[in-house]
Amino acid sequence: MRQHSAFKVVGLHLAVIVLFFLAQFVLPEYHHLAVTRVMILAIFALGYNLLFGYTGLLSLGHALFFAAGLYGAGLTAFHLGWSVPAAFAAGVGAGFFASLVIGVVALRTSGVAFMIVTMMFSQVAYLASLYFTTYTRGEEGLVMPEAARHFDLFGVTFSLTDPSLRYNIALLLLAVTLIVILIVVRGPMGRVLIAIRENEPRTLMLGYNTFLIKLKAFVISGTISSVAGAAYALLFAYVGSSFASIQYSIEALLFTLLGGAGTVLGPILGTFAMFYLIDIVSGFTVAYLLVTGIALIALVLFFPKGILGTIRERWMTWLP
Amino acid sequence: MAAVTLLHTKGLSRRFGGLKAVQNVDFDLKQGEIRALIGPNGAGKTTFVSLLSGRIVPSEGQVFFEGEEVTGDPAWRRVRKGIAYTFQITSVYAKLTAYENVALAAQSALSRSGAVRKKDLDRAVAEAIEKVGLSDRARMKAGELSYGHQRLLEVAMGLALRPKLLMLDEPTQGLSDAEIDNFCNLVRDIARTATILLIEHNMPVVMQLADSITVLNAGEILANGTPAEIRANPAVQAAYLGS
Repeated sequence: MRQHSAFKVVGLHLAVIVLFFLAQFVLPEYHHLAVTRVMILAIFALGYNLLFGYTGLLSLGHALFFAAGLYGAGLTAFHLGWSVPAAFAAGVGAGFFASLVIGVVALRTSGVAFMIVTMMFSQVAYLASLYFTTYTRGEEGLVMPEAARHFDLFGVTFSLTDPSLRYNIALLLLAVTLIVILIVVRGPMGRVLIAIRENEPRTLMLGYNTFLIKLKAFVISGTISSVAGAAYALLFAYVGSSFASIQYSIEALLFTLLGGAGTVLGPILGTFAMFYLIDIVSGFTVAYLLVTGIALIALVLFFPKGILGTIRERWMTWLP
Repeated sequence: MAAVTLLHTKGLSRRFGGLKAVQNVDFDLKQGEIRALIGPNGAGKTTFVSLLSGRIVPSEGQVFFEGEEVTGDPAWRRVRKGIAYTFQITSVYAKLTAYENVALAAQSALSRSGAVRKKDLDRAVAEAIEKVGLSDRARMKAGELSYGHQRLLEVAMGLALRPKLLMLDEPTQGLSDAEIDNFCNLVRDIARTATILLIEHNMPVVMQLADSITVLNAGEILANGTPAEIRANPAVQAAYLGS
C-alpha cells in the first residue's frame, strides 16, 4: 500500500510539472509572463513552507532571504559586471550565508519572539537597501544592464529577453525545488521536522538535536527563497527595495496559508491563486493590499488548513 | 555475578530558589536490575530523574553513565548514549499515527549507527509496537487512542530507542487493574534487555517488580534495599505514615 502511495505521489508532482510545461504553448502573451512570475514566487513560497508548514516556525522576515538573492545577483551583475550564472550563484550564496547567520541567532528564540526577531532582521535589511542608495537606488531600483541579459553556457548563447527561455528557466528551477522539498519532507529529516512542529520537548527527549535540525531547515528554507530572489532579479531585470519590505514576507506566508501549510504542492497552488486574485482585483481598484489583508484574516479564521490541507484531510490522506 | 555499575551520581543537588529539591544524592544503579524509586509526594523523585535525563541542569554534583561523565551533556545526547525517559504526563504526538510516533524513536536509535534504511525502520517499529500489543492500532492517530494505550505507546517509544537505561515515570498512573497486570509483564520483558528505573506510587506494583528500592524523602536518600528490607524499615514507615 505504501508502494502504491509513493507511486501516486511521484505521479501527481510529475503531472504538475508537465502541466506547467504544456501551459506555455497555449497561454496568451500576458499570462505567459504572469505564470513565469508565479513560478518564481512559488519557489519563494515553497522555501517558506518548509520552515513554516513543516517545522512550525513562523518567520516574518523571509523577504530578507528573497532580497539577499535579489541583491546578491543584481548588484554583482550591475556593478561588477558578473555573468548571469556567476551573479545567480552570488545571490544564492548570499542567501545561504544570511540564513546561516540569522538562523543561529533567531533560533535561540521561539514563538512570538522568533517572529519579532526575524521581522527585525528583515527590517534592517530593508532599511539598509534604502540607506545604501548610491549602490541600490533604493525604491527606484536598478535595471539590469544589457550585458546581464544574455549568457553563454556550453558554447550556446541564451538571451533572457526571450520569454520562452525565461518561462522554461523558471520551470526548471521550480521543478528542482519541488524535488528537493519532496526528498526532504518524505525522508527521515521531514519526519523529525514534523515532530518538532508537533512537540519539540518530546523530540529532544527522543535523542534529536532539535536546534541543529531547525537550523538546517532554516538554511534550506532561506537558500531556496534566495534562489527565487536571484532568479527574479536576472529574469525580470529589475532589483528594488520594495522586494525587501515586510509586504513580501507576508506574501510568502499568505501564499502558503492559502494553498495549505505543510503540504508540498500547497504553496504553488496558493501563489497561483493569490497572484491571479490580486491581478483581477487590481483591475477594479488600486487598494489590492486590502484584498491581501482580508484574505489573510479570512484564511486564519475560517480556513486554517488552506486548500490542499483541507483536501488532504477529507479525501487524499496520502498527500505529502 | 559481578554487578556492573551502569549509572552513578556523586553529590547530585538541585535547588529551586530556596527549595532544595534534590540534595547531595549519591546513587548507584547496577546493570540489568529493576530499581524502583519511591517517596512521598514532593520528595524530589521527578526532579532527580530529570537530572539523570538531562532535562534539568544540576546545581552541584556529577552524573556518570557507563563510567563516563555525562553531567554536561544535553538531554538529546544522553538519549543517544542510551538513557531513555518516558514522560509522567503522556506526551505522545497526538496528530501523528502510532506508527509515526514509534518510528521517530526508532529512527533516532538507528541513526546512531549510520544511515536509516526504510526496511530496518519498519522492522524496528513493528517489533516495539508488537511488544506493547498495539499492532492492530498502528495506523490510528495517537490522540485517538485510549489513555491506557497512549501510555503503552509511550513505552513502545522508549523501547524503540533501544535504551540501556529506561526510566519510567509513574507509568501505571491512570491505568485499570487489568492494564496494570499487563504492564508488569511488559516491564519484566523489557528488563531482559535494559536496566529499568521505575518511579511509582503504586506499592503492589513496586513490590512485585523491583529487585531493589531507593526511597527519597525531602530530596535525600532515606533508604536503599530489597523490597522486604524497605517494607521493614522504620524510617521509611515514618516518612510515609508520619511519626
